[in-house]
Amino acid sequence: MFDVEKVRAEFPILHQEVYGKPLVYLDNAATTQKPQSVIDAVRHYYERDNANVHRGVHALSERATASYEAARDKIRELLNATSRREIIFTRGATEAINLVASSWGMTNIGAGDEVLVSEMEHHSDIVPWQMLCERVGATLKVLPINDAGELCMDQLDSLLGERTRLVGIVHLSNALGTINPVKTIIEKAHAVGAKVLLDGAQALAHLHVDVQALDCDFYVTSAHKMYGPTGIGMLYAKEALLDAMPPYQGGGDMITMVTFEKTQYNDLPYKFEAGTPNIAGAIGFGAAVDWLKKTGIDAASAHENDLLAYATEKAKAFDGLRIIGAARDKASVLSFTIKGVHPHDLGTILDREGVAIRAGHHCAMPVMQHFHVPATARASFAAYNTRGEVDALFAALTKAQELFA
Amino acid sequence: MFDLRDLYQQVIVDHNKSPRNFGKLADFNHEADGYNPLCGDKLHVYLKVNDAGVIEDVSFEGEGCAISVASASLMTDALKGKTMQESEDMFGHFQHMATSELDEAPDEEVLGKLTVLAGVREFPSRIKCATLCWHTLLAAVKDRPEPAKTE
Ligand SMILES: Cc1ncc(COP(=O)(O)O)c(C=O)c1O
Repeated sequence: MFDVEKVRAEFPILHQEVYGKPLVYLDNAATTQKPQSVIDAVRHYYERDNANVHRGVHALSERATASYEAARDKIRELLNATSRREIIFTRGATEAINLVASSWGMTNIGAGDEVLVSEMEHHSDIVPWQMLCERVGATLKVLPINDAGELCMDQLDSLLGERTRLVGIVHLSNALGTINPVKTIIEKAHAVGAKVLLDGAQALAHLHVDVQALDCDFYVTSAHKMYGPTGIGMLYAKEALLDAMPPYQGGGDMITMVTFEKTQYNDLPYKFEAGTPNIAGAIGFGAAVDWLKKTGIDAASAHENDLLAYATEKAKAFDGLRIIGAARDKASVLSFTIKGVHPHDLGTILDREGVAIRAGHHCAMPVMQHFHVPATARASFAAYNTRGEVDALFAALTKAQELFA
Repeated sequence: MFDLRDLYQQVIVDHNKSPRNFGKLADFNHEADGYNPLCGDKLHVYLKVNDAGVIEDVSFEGEGCAISVASASLMTDALKGKTMQESEDMFGHFQHMATSELDEAPDEEVLGKLTVLAGVREFPSRIKCATLCWHTLLAAVKDRPEPAKTE
């Protein structure tokens, strides 16, 4: 049985007041809060095990290396990747996409080739491809969305072709909450010989992901959106692809032998982890995966779906509120505007009521352009949110409307 | 306890609902864009300045939050009849008010109605909303081609 009060008790940060009101944290798509177990794991590392990894012969270095590598194993298991060699630690989803665009992209995408992304991508899954296309003379194509905030799947076949080298798609949209039909997209992309990168920055806290069942080529995420620390994330890629890819950055750890004539690169996954990594972050990431498994992704997402349905019902009844993103398959995100009150003002007013939401373009300006809004307000839910907090959100929205009446 | 009404005073709410001097001037000789990438606020300021350097007319267009729209509306009201130099000085005073300590009373004599925006001092993330129009004005005075930012 999912007990939200028990879950809340594990998050020390939630138990505070802001401006004299209980904190209602509904900005989880920007970053989630961290459970005590994650905080403890990072702290334990610094208090007991701090040392560099993969190089020391002493006890601390061995312990640090063991915890760092154990985190990789936990992530492999979470994603059901074939091998731990396929899990590369990065700074986050953004760096992982840049890694693929630079290393795989520069070797596999050339003049006249095409990269296909969707209209609902986060800027981090647009700009690296744009930069690559500019450098090599390739073309960036866009799969549009409809007014419900779903991909126009009927246009996919005509946008895929023999020049398509890569398809980059967000698994769960941060701006709209849409869950995309990624399995179908992967099948169709593979049929024309294109590789597929899934942006899972939002997905892993809410959805089961099995990279083998999906057969995706690249999967990226950031730990901080799934109860882990900031500054750490990962790239999953099929081993055969990683084997053939040149290193992304050069330095220590990614080599086995260096002379001025020639350098021998290290094996996977280390070939792509140049320099001292974010060791504490990776260990915290591993603890976050443990926490998710212990709490149960199914139970947590059932709870979040209930909150989303409850909030959506209230939103529909709220005078002047327009929901942005009404996909049939949706999770955790309620994006909206309110007539006569700019999202930025909503953000400020709600903040003073203790309610933290995001107001802005959510790093998805093309989505804003599609819906002809400068910005939206976004409430996004995590495992520790409650129906009472949804009520607090709508009470604060009523107050905002009154202030502007 | 701080009240949201200190920021969203009725004057601000009113100017947001029906901004003054909104739209493109039929006859202008200076203009500039202003953009706040953080919240997506976009402004365009038009100026008609005569040979003596006096602002004969001023207007703005764009979209933004209540603070940025009201601030632009109040600014355009305040600028008519001022010289270019006076409006630059006013910007200095406004900027000072928006970032000053809370216990410092705003200079009513120089700023007049604009003092209703003093509440932004309590909201560090909103100061830029209030000053965007002034940066845009300065860009128009100086005929800068690139959009003004609040940095
Ligand atoms: C869908 C999506 N992709 C990518 C990112 C980028 O993540 P990060 O900034 O952690 O690299 C985000 C974060 O906002 C996101 O929501």
